[in-house]
Parts: sequence; structure tokens; C-alpha cells
Amino acid sequence: MIPRPRPERFRLRRTMMFMNAQKPGLIKDAYIYGCDSIMLDLEDAVAENQKDAARFSLYHALKTIDYGDTEVIVRINGLDTPHWQEDIRVCVAGGADGIRIAKCESAQDVLTVEKAVEAAEEEFGVEKGRTLLMAALESPKGILNAYEICSASERMLGVAISGGDFRKCMQTKPTRDGIDMVTARGMMLIAARAAGVQCFDTVFTNLDDQEGFEAEVLQNKAMGFDGKSLINPKQIRFVHQVFAPTEKEIIQAEKIVRAYREQSAMGVGVFTVDGKMIDIAFIPGAERTLKLARACGLWEGDLV
Amino acid sequence: MKNAVGREIPDFLLENGKEVYQGKNYMDGKYLQKAAPKTRRYEKPQESKIVESLADALRQCGAKSGMTFSFHHHLRDGDFVVNMVMKAAIEELGLEDLTIAASSLGSAHDPIADYIEQGKVIGIQTSGIRGRMGEVVSKGKLKTRAIIRSHGGRPRAIEAGEVHIDIAFIAAPTSDCVGNCRGIGGKSNCGSMGYAMTDAKYADHVVVVTDCLVDFPNMPASVEAIDVDAVVVVDSIGNPKKIASAAARISQNPRDLMMAEDVAKVIASTPYFKDGFSFQTGVGGPSLAANLFLEKYMDERNIKMGWAIGGICGPMVEMLKKGKVGKVIDVQDFDLDAVNSINQTPNHFEMSASQYANPANKGAFVNKLDFVVLAALEIDTGFNVNVLTGSDGILRGAPGGHPDTAAGSKCCIIVTPLIRGRMATVCEHVVTVTTPGDCVDVLVTDYGIAVNPLRPDLIECLDNAGIKHVPIEELKEKAYSMVGRPDDLQWEDEVVAVLEARDGTILDVIRKIKPYSLEND
Amino acid sequence: MEILKPAMAGTLESSDAQVMVEPGEDGIELTLESSVMNQYGRQIKATVLETLERLGVENARVAVVDKGALDCTIKARVECAVFRSCGKSSADIPWGGAVR
Repeated sequence: MIPRPRPERFRLRRTMMFMNAQKPGLIKDAYIYGCDSIMLDLEDAVAENQKDAARFSLYHALKTIDYGDTEVIVRINGLDTPHWQEDIRVCVAGGADGIRIAKCESAQDVLTVEKAVEAAEEEFGVEKGRTLLMAALESPKGILNAYEICSASERMLGVAISGGDFRKCMQTKPTRDGIDMVTARGMMLIAARAAGVQCFDTVFTNLDDQEGFEAEVLQNKAMGFDGKSLINPKQIRFVHQVFAPTEKEIIQAEKIVRAYREQSAMGVGVFTVDGKMIDIAFIPGAERTLKLARACGLWEGDLV
Repeated sequence: MKNAVGREIPDFLLENGKEVYQGKNYMDGKYLQKAAPKTRRYEKPQESKIVESLADALRQCGAKSGMTFSFHHHLRDGDFVVNMVMKAAIEELGLEDLTIAASSLGSAHDPIADYIEQGKVIGIQTSGIRGRMGEVVSKGKLKTRAIIRSHGGRPRAIEAGEVHIDIAFIAAPTSDCVGNCRGIGGKSNCGSMGYAMTDAKYADHVVVVTDCLVDFPNMPASVEAIDVDAVVVVDSIGNPKKIASAAARISQNPRDLMMAEDVAKVIASTPYFKDGFSFQTGVGGPSLAANLFLEKYMDERNIKMGWAIGGICGPMVEMLKKGKVGKVIDVQDFDLDAVNSINQTPNHFEMSASQYANPANKGAFVNKLDFVVLAALEIDTGFNVNVLTGSDGILRGAPGGHPDTAAGSKCCIIVTPLIRGRMATVCEHVVTVTTPGDCVDVLVTDYGIAVNPLRPDLIECLDNAGIKHVPIEELKEKAYSMVGRPDDLQWEDEVVAVLEARDGTILDVIRKIKPYSLEND
Repeated sequence: MEILKPAMAGTLESSDAQVMVEPGEDGIELTLESSVMNQYGRQIKATVLETLERLGVENARVAVVDKGALDCTIKARVECAVFRSCGKSSADIPWGGAVR
């Protein structure tokens, strides 16, 4: 049995890599590629007649494999299927860090899952509130209800858009400039920020189109996403590269945090760094930059 | 008697001056008396050496029971020649007690296993053995002990007369009527014929087997008519599809790529990585992919590779054509890109196995190597590598040039996943030591890098470059924590094969494996 | 648990194991094939028998074809096959109880 630390609601999640929970060769050590989170999939990757087998594999993987610092999230089957309740039981019993709710359309969906999670935590003697939730928005309705979904539960860590299903609903296809989803992405981002949770972009499925992938990641970063779902380890590096802070940003953040600590110790609330006025409002951002810089191997300080 | 890699070598093998392995470069400076073949004079002008059939060629060369026939493995898994020759010798001429001395043998030669079981073939000397033949030898069906040598050890043994070749068979993609052979221009092309060259010089008789007769003179010849007794034209010497794959492609497997990147990082951290450096890589997934990442570092530092050797495939030819590498010297070709390039692309040359790797000559290429990147079936905490026996103890691999390049190079990097299925690649004791740990410098796995403590200089290089590394024991423990500790293999006392170090000393022995039964425990 | 009908779980892919269970009468009758038999046959057999015991399976014919699966996979395949044979594989699994 591998004891896992209590999941953190807010942590670095630049990359979430999907893995079929039914493939022993894949899930045994998916963490070695260095993604921030792995997403063990009970939904689309698993054939309808293998849902049961996938749960047994998942349970033992969760219990035996040392995933280290990598977050382990499980994508469960939709609430319109006969599978989701048992999916939740196995996730909680196995000690998954979080559950991704597929095809989430309302706050009620989140509450339905939360109730089942709570019951499972009770059943398996798991600390109440330990299991985090995130929602996948896959329909126009999901996007329109993004804010209520994001703020439905204290367990919510974030939302992700799921491009495949969403584009089907909208009768669009992926475009080079992302115009097909720019509105939905934007609405979801605003809702997530308003609710104070994280926000993740959909997978890029054409592995041969590295250029298209890179363009999308750059756009994700520019729009303000926290991270992206991935389907192949080879996509990890570029996302981490793009989401890494620049050297200038790191130096600036370090100065701000340092100056703030010194000044506030002397009772000063507003001060200047490099001629720019700084107050407490700048601190969370600067601290986030430093944490990110450390995760990217660009900074080794101990300020945060 | 225990040898320098801790293997117990039975005393009865230490006869006629045979010694156990004493460590790297033990034979350095000693003298070697070369053996000379007894060859027939062809003084009278000859129109042609073409004979009707293999049987006729065998008769003409005085084939008889008890002889040793040699073969080379450039046709790889597509080879028809070994089976065809042995069939003629055994079924048409009724010969027995034959020994096969091949540069390698594979599953293409499964039918030979029957001749072993029938007692017609009683000896095997090779650099590689796979498929059914490996199984029957491991089961103790071969009358004598098989001898396994590296690609460099084989020409050494031939030149020293430890293997006396009665008849060498040259599988030739093209030949003229007197036996000038080339590896290109025919229908079953293999490119380099490097492993056949020493055989042709040291065998008493040489028979060329070809499926494409070309006009005299077939130049420049890899094997020359001056050494050839007879030429046999057959319908087909091999299956071209299995001789050379369309193109060896660089792996897209993310695990391979991750390891390959670390290999390149390690290389770039050493002082040997400078303009004009030399390099050899295997064609396995992560080894070959290292090329890709190495190129990035070369561009970054604005340096070029001086030369590359080995079994060659497309990606290296590509680098030659792009001017990233000065010269490519080639003992074997693995894909059509390489086959079509040898002796065609400027600075792509052919070399013999002796020139490539023989530790007893005066200037083998491996001894000038800066880097070699190699795979492993297993590597133990003493950095000893096994590339010969499977986890079931059965012969199913090939030392090939592994021990030669590892010993000769300044920096030998082994790259392998930590586990394969349930097999721990990094383990406590390898089943068979095919490359001694004192020749291996760095291990790159998907779970981390380890440096041989014998190389504090390399440890410093990695530290300076900020490349993390761990003791190899840590990797072994990680592997066992995932797959469980393996049970020891159960062996009989009988030695079925002797593994020679490249210098001719005994590195390890392979014993007969006990049949496994679940009921025994 | 009582094996009611033949059932199978797992695949013949590398790192996986295929487990077939059938009703039996005289204890556990196990056949095992494995690509890592010499080194792990004993441990695989022990894992299979332990798992069956935990599930309370007393009589069954069990055939395992192992392709180098880790213990956690072998357990998962045996459990799935047993629950399938009883028609109980899709809900209310005793996670952390008999399945652990």
C-alpha cells in the first residue's frame, strides 16, 4: 500500500495526461514523464464491456503504484450511464486524488457526484472532503452554467473544456486559430476565475501536427489557462516550456516577495520595486510565479 | 576457477593454455602467431569457377564429415544460404559431425536445430544465436559445447587458428564468374560484407553463393576472386524484405525518446564531445533515437562528428549527407538507405570485422571510439551486461560488437528501460556476463542514470552539467520493488556453451537449464 | 464465492495476463503459462491462489496465461474473472475487503 498525501486543491497543474486505466503497461509508471497530473480514464478509453475489468485494474494500480508527487485523477463515466456510482466507489476506496466528472452540465451534477463521493468516503473510512472534484464541460449548456458548476462545491479544483463533444454540439471543426472555441474557452475562463478555481484546455489529438499543437498551447497561455489535457507524453515538454515563467518574471517576483516581507515587517504596506508601486495585491501572483519557476527547474530559492 | 567478473569457470575448460577472463586489456602487448590456410593453386587460366550446384561445390572443395563451415550474417533474418548449404552437405553428400562457424545465427536458421538434434551438426561457433537453435543448444542437444564470441573476438580466433575454417560460404548479392563479390547491385542486397572478409582470407576453401551473376570484373569487390574456389548460382540467397528493412525509423515511443534525450545530455557533458568526436550507436529504439538529440547539441555548439562506425542505418547516412559527420565506416547495413549508400555516398566506406573490432590486431576502429551507445537485456550492479541469455536462461541473443565497442570506447553508455514486462533489466546478477562491467561507464534508464564508480571523472562531468544520477543499486531496488525479486534460475552442471571474452579468455559459461516445474516448490 | 459459469478477464498483450475461470469440483485446479516462468512462476502461482482464497473460491478450474504482468495486474484479472463468473462484476465490489 502506498500512502498518498492529502490532495491539494490548488497546486501546479500545467499538464494532465490521459491514460487508459485498463492498460497495465501504460498505467504502471505514467508518472515518469513528469506531467503534473495523470488522468486515469474509465470513460471513453475503456470499451463498454470492460468497464468492470478497468475498475479492478484501477483499484490495484492506485493501491500499489507509487505515483510520487504526480497527482492522480480519475475520469469517471457520465451520470447518464450505469457505471458512475461504482466508478466513484473504486476511486474513493483506492485513494484517487480527484475525480473528473464527464459531461457536467449543472451545479446539480456536481452535487450528485459530491453526495456519492461523501457516501463512499464514509463507506471506506476515507477522510471526509479528501477527494477533490473537477468538471469537464462538454456541451453549450455546460459552458453557460460554468460559474455555478465552478462554485458548486468546496471540493472543486477546476474545470476543463472537452473539445471533441463541444465541437459536435456546435457543429464546428478545429480551426488553426482556435476561433471555433474561443468564445467557450473565454466564458469558461471567466467563470473559473470568478469562482476562484483552475481552468484547463482540451486535448490536441493530431500528434503529427506539432505546429498546430504549439500554436494552441501558446494561445492557451495567452488566454490565461492553468494547464492543458494531453494524450501523449511527448506533448508535455512544450507545455511546460510555454507555461514556465521568463527569467525577468522570476527576478521581478523574487524582488517583490523579498521587499514585501522586509517592508511589512517594518509596518510598511506600499513600497516600490524598480520604480513600480507594489502592495499586497501583487504578492499571490509573485508567489505563484516563484512556485511555477521552481517546478520548472528554473529557480531554487526558499522564499515560497 | 573464478574469473575477474566473479564467474565460476570449470577447470576442465582450462586446457591448451585457455585462461579465465582477467580484466580489460589483459592480452595487450602479447604476441600472436597467426594461422595460415592451406589453399589450392589455380595457376591455369580459368574461364569461370561456376559449378552446377552446392553439392558440386562441396565435392570440389573436398567436403567431408567433421569439417567446419563458416557463414556470415549480412542477410540477417532473410538468409537462405546457411540452410541451403547444410542441407546439401547433410542430405545430398551424407556428411556428419559438422561444425557451423557463423558470424551470427538467427531464427531464419531454425531448420538447423533438426540437424543438431539428429547429431549431424555437432558444433556451433557464433556471435549470436536465437530461435530454435538457441533452445536446442540450451537443452544440451549439441554434441560439443557451443562457443560464443564477439564480432571482434571471432576474427581474432580465426586469425589465431582457434577456429580453422575448412570451407567458407560467402552469401553474395552479386558475384562475377570467378567470385568477385559485392553486397550491392543484385536483388538481395545487403551493402557491407564486412563479416565475410576474414573468413575468405583464412579458410582453406571459399565458395561464393549468389543469386545475381554479373559481368566480370565485379568491382570494387568486398570478397575477391583471388580467395574463391567456386561460384554457385542459386535462385535466391535470401528474402530481401528480411535482409534490410525499408528504413530504420527513429522511435516515436515516448519512453525511448526520453531515454535518448538523457543519453545525448550525458554525451554532451563529457570532454570527448568536441569537434571531430567519434560515435557508434545500436539500432535499438532509444540508442538510435540518441542521434536525433545529439544533433541538437552538435548544432548548439557548432561541432561536427568526425566519424561513425558500426552497423549502419538510414539516420546515420542522413547525417553524413547533411555534412554533420565526416566519415561513416560500415561493417553491416540494417536498412535500404544504408545499403544504397555504402561506397556510393562519398565518405561512406566498408570495413572488415577485424578492422572494426578485433582486439588482437594493430588498429581496430573500436579502439578509437569516443562514444558507444548500446542496449542490454540485463545489467547488474557491477555494470556487467547480458545480451545473450533470456530471463529463462535460454540462448536468445548476441554479444555482437557489444563487448568490443564497450572495451574500446572512452565512454560506453548502456540505455535500457528499467523493467520490460515483469523482467528487471537492472538486477543483482545478470544471467550471463557478455560485456564485463569494467568496460561499461554509464547506464541510462527511464527511472534515472547511474555512473560506474570506476569513472569518477564522468561522475564529475555529470555533476558539473547538473545531470542527476543515482547509485546503480538504487535503480535495482526500484526495479525489484515493482516486479518482485526474481527466483534464481535452476541449472544442471552440464556446460552447453562457452562465452569467450574478446581476447579469447573465458568470460562465462552457459549451463543446461533445468526444466521448470511449478510442482517442485 | 462460487464459480457459476466460465468467465475470462484480461488480454494477451505484453504486461497483461489472461485469466479464465470455470466451475470445478475438487479444489483449485490451476494451469499457468508465463513468459517469466523460471523467475516468477512460483510468485504468480502464490498470488493467484491467495487472491482466490481471499475471494473464498474453493472449487474452480483456473487457467492463467501471463505475459509478464505485475502482481497488481494478476490480482485484478483474477478478481474480475471470478466476479464475472458470478455475474457480480459491475457493482458493489468489496473494495478494500475481499478485493485488496
